[in-house]
Amino acid sequence: MSDRPITEDDLHAYVDLALDAARHGEVERYLARHEDVAARVAGYRKDRDLLRNAFARVAEEPVPSRLNVDRMIAQRHASRYQVWQLAVAAMVMLVVGVAGGWSLHGQWGPPVAVVAAGPASGIAALASEAADSYAVYAPDSFRPVEMRADDSADFVRWASQRLSHPVRVPDLAPAGYRFMGGRIIATAHGPAAMLMYDDDKGVRLVMLTRPMEIDQNAPMTSSHRGDLGGYSWADKGLGYSVVAPLGDGLLHPLADEIRRQLGRDI
Amino acid sequence: MHDDEMTRRIAPLIPALRRYARALMKNPAMADDLVQDCLERAISRWHQHRVDGNTRTWMFTILHNLAVNNWQQARFRGVHVTIDDVGDAAFSHPPQQDENLHLQDVMAALEQLPDDQRSVVLLVSVEDLSYADAAKVLGVPVGTVMSRLSRGRERLHQILAGAANGTVENPHGPALRRVK
Repeated sequence: MSDRPITEDDLHAYVDLALDAARHGEVERYLARHEDVAARVAGYRKDRDLLRNAFARVAEEPVPSRLNVDRMIAQRHASRYQVWQLAVAAMVMLVVGVAGGWSLHGQWGPPVAVVAAGPASGIAALASEAADSYAVYAPDSFRPVEMRADDSADFVRWASQRLSHPVRVPDLAPAGYRFMGGRIIATAHGPAAMLMYDDDKGVRLVMLTRPMEIDQNAPMTSSHRGDLGGYSWADKGLGYSVVAPLGDGLLHPLADEIRRQLGRDI
Repeated sequence: MHDDEMTRRIAPLIPALRRYARALMKNPAMADDLVQDCLERAISRWHQHRVDGNTRTWMFTILHNLAVNNWQQARFRGVHVTIDDVGDAAFSHPPQQDENLHLQDVMAALEQLPDDQRSVVLLVSVEDLSYADAAKVLGVPVGTVMSRLSRGRERLHQILAGAANGTVENPHGPALRRVK
């Protein structure tokens, strides 16, 4: 028998049957010697039973059909499927457009100037890739990132290897954004690392980084696509683009903070 | 495979989530609204839930936070919820053994507890959460859970004892209750 005094916490743990056998016995012996405390504890236990009995019926009711988990999951899939349909339709139109343009170029007049028709390059291309990645991955509720923040060390190692450059994960927690994880995405300029963050209201923020051939060093420039704002820059051969559905007033300080953290030497 | 896992871990918790929501919201329809919100949120944020994490604690945390938001909004709007909104079906069961207090009386008594004490008493006494898990759900240290449990149980006992002896002014509660 231990000589630890019986505490209020012990009494409640006794009511909740949360004590180990030895301590339970000690409390029991204590209660046998103290009638007033025993009466109080018996009262708590009676109230506990009363609550459990009163609410037992609720847990035994058939679950209403609107709380059917399988159906709720299926509905989510249906709405995500519509997004995919739109994405596929957009892709088809792009292919048709490019193919049509290409077939026309041989038939009519001189070839179109490659510079004018070609894809954006440098920082502008990076900003566009970041917005594309946001559009595809940020709405994904099931697997927005391939590696979660729990594995951030593995992610950093993997991404650094694929990019042949050290990839770092900026800490945006003080600004209210939690690192969710990341993935490697394909761009016309090679692999890029996508890092995703979210705040407590579910607003997601994506940072895309990859080595730059053009614009190895570039000042921060802003871009917009629909509701998506973006800030992009390049530093010592690595490009960065931060996109989120936020106004410039909110996004710009976040981008500055990321640039500040990444600008520091390791 | 992913969906099956999600269903397998979420579905068995629904009866307990409904029970906790009912105790917090009083009105059964509002309680199920809350559970529905909770399930939708859990499904859409499943990726944030660690595979080895405790799904029960996680779901109760979501539900509890939604309830707190709901109370805050209700206070802001000044909405009154009356015990009369509760359907008769909830009270149609016979008294248990020698207990002559019905769910309605128990709810009226619970309602007189401060929100934070009521939550702890329910999570521990009815939902069988460990003190550590209750602390996680409420986002407070275990010591705070213990002191709220102690005060909540003592207060509830006084209220119930008063109701059983008929010494409470109006055992079925006033028509308009304080805003939750």
